Amino acid sequence: MGLSILSICYVVASVTFILGLKMLSNPATARRGNLIAAGGMIIAIAGTIFLYENDGKRLGNYTWIFSAIIIGSVIGSLVAKKVKMTAMPELVSFFNGMGGACAALISIVEFDYLYRANRLMDATSFSDVVPSGHYLAIIAGTIIGSVSFIGSMIAWGKLSGKVKDYSFKGQHLFNLVVLFFVVAMAVYTYFSSTHHANIPFFITVALAILYGVFFVLPIGGADMPVVISLLNSFTGIAAACGGFLYDNKAMLTGGILVGAAGTLLTILMCRAMNRSLKNVLIGSFGGGAKAASDATSTHGNIKEISLSDAAMLMAYSKKVMIVPGYGLAVAQAQHTCHELEKALEEKGVEVKYAIHPVAGRMPGHMNVLLAEADVNYENLLEMDDANEEFKSTDVVLILGANDVVNPAAKNDPSSPIYGMPILEVELAKTVIVNKRSMKPGYAGIENQLFYQPKTSMLFGDAKKVLQELLAELKNM
Amino acid sequence: MQIILDFFREHIELIYIVILMIFLGIEIIGRVPSVLHTPLMSGANAIHGVVIIGAIIVMGKAESDNYLALILGFLAVVLGTLNVVGGFVVTDRMLEMFKKKK
Repeated sequence: MGLSILSICYVVASVTFILGLKMLSNPATARRGNLIAAGGMIIAIAGTIFLYENDGKRLGNYTWIFSAIIIGSVIGSLVAKKVKMTAMPELVSFFNGMGGACAALISIVEFDYLYRANRLMDATSFSDVVPSGHYLAIIAGTIIGSVSFIGSMIAWGKLSGKVKDYSFKGQHLFNLVVLFFVVAMAVYTYFSSTHHANIPFFITVALAILYGVFFVLPIGGADMPVVISLLNSFTGIAAACGGFLYDNKAMLTGGILVGAAGTLLTILMCRAMNRSLKNVLIGSFGGGAKAASDATSTHGNIKEISLSDAAMLMAYSKKVMIVPGYGLAVAQAQHTCHELEKALEEKGVEVKYAIHPVAGRMPGHMNVLLAEADVNYENLLEMDDANEEFKSTDVVLILGANDVVNPAAKNDPSSPIYGMPILEVELAKTVIVNKRSMKPGYAGIENQLFYQPKTSMLFGDAKKVLQELLAELKNM
Repeated sequence: MQIILDFFREHIELIYIVILMIFLGIEIIGRVPSVLHTPLMSGANAIHGVVIIGAIIVMGKAESDNYLALILGFLAVVLGTLNVVGGFVVTDRMLEMFKKKK
């Protein structure tokens, strides 16, 4: 009876995961989708705790289980509620790492059971006593979970500025060698003697961790969202390994679903940034780009504009388009930006936002940030609509965006970002660019836009500049 | 070779699920607008927290003298819960902001 109900719980959970994920990919239903999936998760967890039977025995250790769940829930919800919206990418990475660690720990304990049960046997090797599928699920869960855990932790450290990019010559070869040894050790463990199979197993874990570290370390900070999405699908696969291990369909469906959807999402993100996944992972982008920019460096003069002039220009125009970018997210200037928008609107200026799909710290992040600052959803224009509107725009104010407005993507076939869809701000009458310095964006290339006669530069931290602009506007 | 064939025969049901889920996973998010990439990633992140079921099983079946299983299992349940609860809460927070002004 109990077990049948448990199976139904798992079916319900699987369906809610599928439904939830589907609804999450549509703006109108996204929030409900998330709640539905959460509901399914609660059913699956409660069912497991109270109905699961292992060799005819119910689960025990309730005190341990419940205290662990309470600790996890309290910390999890506190962190999730307190975190700043700009810190969202690293938080997702952190939670993903926790899932990966969880999958790895389960597999390690399951391996330990196998090892203990068989270590005194006189069978020549592990492969004689353990079915291959069982071992495969354990070892794959261990390796993928470990890589996902440590990789996510490094990504988290990078996004919060705690870990620096690090790469050395021949790192890709080194990574491949490490990966080879991970697999070799995993195979060796299976065919080693039952008496001390634990030694190669833990070497496998150590190597997997090493691989995870060097897999993520060389990848640039701006590419982290793609890496997180990839690691997200890794964790999904690790969870599915657990599903194999326990013959648990909810874990299997949930895990594989996320694994597949996560992989596709990774590719979609790459496509939105006009990068190939291989490019991101091997990270050859920076090097190649530098060479290209050297070849085409036709420096012109840049023109600076004073704060009061900029404020004046905007106040007396009909339509202003704001192009927010990474710089705005880093400076956490979304609220000030919204105030500027209101101040301009009071003066009768029409203000809209042009949002590039990859603006911010990851795709879609800018929409979240502006929504947090109460910016009206209807004022956010997607790229194609924005490009239409630029023609009738008087002033474009670019806040810390660079590559997404680089005309080289349209007219310079030798540019590494050639072909990337951009916001065609040069269609507008004047362009004001706020940046901290003339340093190139993460693609590492010069931006000809800054040298155009209609462009003027307004250097400084986005938040500070916006506050000063606001003050100027109010004094007018 | 025999090992691989046996593996397929024993797990054919699960293999079917895996294959269908791969197609389904790709199909259902195929047309996601880039606006939703971040929340979708976060939501998917919460869903793979289903791995917590495994952690609960490990914890629940651990004998009272198996300290390794108890400690690692406990840790696994804590981390799994963090993944699930944190993931869903943060996704909801993000999506709430989308909705407010619409």
